[in-house]
Amino acid sequence: MGRAAVLVETEDGEQAQALHAELLRRRASGEFPEVREIVPAARTVLVGGLTDPRAFAAAVARWDVPPVAAGGGGLREVPVRFDGPDVAEVAALWTVTREELIRIVTATPFRVAFCGFAPGFAYLTGLPPGLHVPRRPTPRTAVAAGSLGLAGPYAGLYPRSSPGGWQLVGTTRAPLWDPARDAAALLSPGTEVRFTEVPG
Amino acid sequence: MSGAVLHVVRAGALTTVQDAGRTGFAHLGVPRSGALDLPAHRLANRLVGNPEEAAGLETTVSGCALRPSHAVVVAVTGAGCPVRVDGRPAAWGAPFVVPGGSLLDVGQATVGLRSYVAVGGGLAVDAVLGSRATDLLSGLGPAPLTDGDRLPVGTQRGRGAAADVLPYGCVGAELVLPFLPGPRDDWFAPGSLRTLVTGHYTVSPASNRIGLRVLGPALRRAGGREGELPSEGMVPGAVQVPPDGLPVVFLADHPTTGGYPVIGVVPEESLAAAAQSAPGTRIRFVALRSGRPAL
Repeated sequence: MGRAAVLVETEDGEQAQALHAELLRRRASGEFPEVREIVPAARTVLVGGLTDPRAFAAAVARWDVPPVAAGGGGLREVPVRFDGPDVAEVAALWTVTREELIRIVTATPFRVAFCGFAPGFAYLTGLPPGLHVPRRPTPRTAVAAGSLGLAGPYAGLYPRSSPGGWQLVGTTRAPLWDPARDAAALLSPGTEVRFTEVPG
Repeated sequence: MSGAVLHVVRAGALTTVQDAGRTGFAHLGVPRSGALDLPAHRLANRLVGNPEEAAGLETTVSGCALRPSHAVVVAVTGAGCPVRVDGRPAAWGAPFVVPGGSLLDVGQATVGLRSYVAVGGGLAVDAVLGSRATDLLSGLGPAPLTDGDRLPVGTQRGRGAAADVLPYGCVGAELVLPFLPGPRDDWFAPGSLRTLVTGHYTVSPASNRIGLRVLGPALRRAGGREGELPSEGMVPGAVQVPPDGLPVVFLADHPTTGGYPVIGVVPEESLAAAAQSAPGTRIRFVALRSGRPAL
């Protein structure tokens, strides 16, 4: 991709996460010190700042990348109040009750596949295909900061108020984005996430 | 010369604080941001004796006017424009002193769009993730200037570099944008690359710090390649083609991921010229192969 970047395609999102973890391991051990950006996405990982993208692309193709190991990217518990305006609709799509929806979301092991859309907006995978829901036909003009939304294969938390078309099932008061903090994003690619229920 | 403050008397159409940007946070969804014409920004800093990455101002078309509280060394580069101190002509492209209380006026651009104003000591606004740049996509960094703002100036450390002649080579009558095809050129109908390099394209007035928008023949998708790609990482210079078929060349504030196919990537050294090209400027896309022009 251009003169200084390689966009590595993978078979699926799981492999993209595994490749991302492998790239972080190799960078931590001192490989490719010139690399400025490693950007995982749905089924790709972008590596930017390379001096010899061709050599890098050839090398990556030969790597034997192990699957993502549990616990490798740290674990965050995110307390959520299940008070989103779309709880009833999502529960209907899943053909479950509100209580069962909460049980499913809090029992699902999520992982941050990638960030995008806004600083600190994390795309979380983990919901089985049968529970994927469509976006809302008309996006909301303003989604409150801290909202937990579902769309397609992803769950996502809005770090700040913005327009959005995801189905909103809850809200968190966890500080998702704070650039003054050492780790600006609470949830960065590779982080494992468990939601806990805040009653009420 | 420390402790100076710049009073913003006339903010201009869009004047932002810029530096070399925030590298290394794209995986968190943070654009790189930073000066669109980086060579001009670096040069202005060198002229006043700053490190190249010090924060300065980027104006848009209409310049700005500033009144320093104390004497400061200033240099203006980038888009050509009249520069005045208390109404008297001052140098463009060379360092000079603005006495405390005097009015520095960076005028309307006569060539190019964006002028760069470096101040000895740099602008000492708060850094966010290691950069003072204003990111208009995600709202990081200081807000664009408004009349009445006060900008703190850092401590002058170095001496300005002398320059006898400052060549101005950024903007021609035509904007030449070389690009390396891919990674998603196979998403477009056969002949699309030919359309891009032979079509009559011009700079759209809808261009901004996020991207250079382009008017001209629409690029059509290949059969079966409708809709969006799964989101993938983007780079500066990526030529992304939304469903209307009109290419957008990503500039400093571009989103870090996107779902529209990228037909090619313009090398970063060509993006300064893109940022200085006025709406209506003719664009010539030139396909590169292996980093060399395809002759």
